[in-house]
Amino acid sequence: MTEARPTRAAFAVEQAWQLNPQVALRDESFGALAYHYGNRRLVFLKSRMLVELVSSLQEYPSAAEAIDAIVPEGQHDVYRRALGRLAASEVIDVR
Amino acid sequence: MSVDMSPTPMPLQDRFSRGLDAPICLTWELTYACNLACVHCLSSSGRRDPGELTPAEARGIVDDMVDMKVFYVNIGGGEPMLRPDFFDLVSYAVDRRVGVKFSTNGTRLTAERARQLAALDYLDVQISIDGATAATNDAVRGEGSFAAARTAMDNLAAAGFGPFKVSVVVTRQNMDELDALAAIAEGYGAQLRLTRLRPSGRAVDTWDALHPTAAQQRTLYHWLVERPGVLTGDSFFHLSALGEPLDGLNLCGAGRVVCLIDPVGDVYACPFVIDRQFLAGNVRDDGGFPAVWRESALFTSLREPQSAGACASCGSFDACRGGCMAAKFFTGLPLDGPDPECVHGHGETALAALALDARPQSAVGHSKVGRDGTPIPVPTPVRVSFRSPARA
Repeated sequence: MTEARPTRAAFAVEQAWQLNPQVALRDESFGALAYHYGNRRLVFLKSRMLVELVSSLQEYPSAAEAIDAIVPEGQHDVYRRALGRLAASEVIDVR
Repeated sequence: MSVDMSPTPMPLQDRFSRGLDAPICLTWELTYACNLACVHCLSSSGRRDPGELTPAEARGIVDDMVDMKVFYVNIGGGEPMLRPDFFDLVSYAVDRRVGVKFSTNGTRLTAERARQLAALDYLDVQISIDGATAATNDAVRGEGSFAAARTAMDNLAAAGFGPFKVSVVVTRQNMDELDALAAIAEGYGAQLRLTRLRPSGRAVDTWDALHPTAAQQRTLYHWLVERPGVLTGDSFFHLSALGEPLDGLNLCGAGRVVCLIDPVGDVYACPFVIDRQFLAGNVRDDGGFPAVWRESALFTSLREPQSAGACASCGSFDACRGGCMAAKFFTGLPLDGPDPECVHGHGETALAALALDARPQSAVGHSKVGRDGTPIPVPTPVRVSFRSPARA
């Protein structure tokens, strides 16, 4: 659970993203667990909406459009930052 | 790490203390057979148990893990490489994307085995040493065990396995060798993993002599804070009461996010509490492992809010949450009291007040015995032939 620290990767919200193919999600009551089989990191997604957003990224031409479609207006910043952290830990990657 | 959302209805730590749909950290001990006899063995391993899971039953456990989306399993023992179906089982798991992290004493990790392991994806190997020198290590793990472990590390490195882990139980005797242990790991491009000595298994009798002193614990805390790359398996969360919390969940995960499946299929709340009191069920029961995890009375009760007991008035309770259940149980302390290694000294005070016979003696043990039934004194490295269990 403390297996490693995230590496920094730039997150550009206008780019097209996807759930990293090396990552498996497991639904839990609070959201989901994400496990990266490559870097062996376990990440906790702490809301159902974040799980839906991450799972839907590949259907949108950009992360910004996915956020527009799924996240209520007032929470866009929060979810943009959350995606940034998920990009840094390689849970999502550019497609 | 966690990706925080706000507003969060409940802190993640509280969520976890109420249990998850499947374990995060599942330890599976494949056999009680071991060719070493470490004085602190948490499972009192030595003799294979005749009731150990058959190869078919073991594969069934992997199938359950796939269904439950258990991402990886920590395999141990005993010495897991002594199981005749070890490689079949590991391959069966990783082929189904159940990652395997396995712990070995390295004695069976030949050059050929190292090449086989290097060819598998989703596999991590931890080789155990409990000192940076043969003298320190062998006093705990048996004569020749340090050299054998180093040979195994050499074999993994030569096979191009990549960054394996060097796994160390921190003791009073090896505390001064932490830097040297880090250097050994670094020399192989390996990661150092330190875990806490618990008074479980054979360590019921050796914990007093082996566990770090209060001063050493403070040194260890600062050593770890300065080295976030050193893995700990969250095992030192009782030290978080000394300052900034250490990386990790900082809670007792027993029965909530952690459990143990032992070689005969018994499911315990954690790897360090192999005792009837913490037995939740058996994988051979109706519903198998998933039913034990989700419905057992023991796990259900562990997921309910726990009393802080004697620790309720301590300002550090939020940091250490009363420490380790196993450490308390096997030193005879109440489960809602301080950890025996409480950094504020409350554990030592409680221990001093205990009757001499307060410590439980577990009925579960697989230490080797002589022909007359008396235990073989440890440490004694014993070479035994390992016979194949009957096929299912």
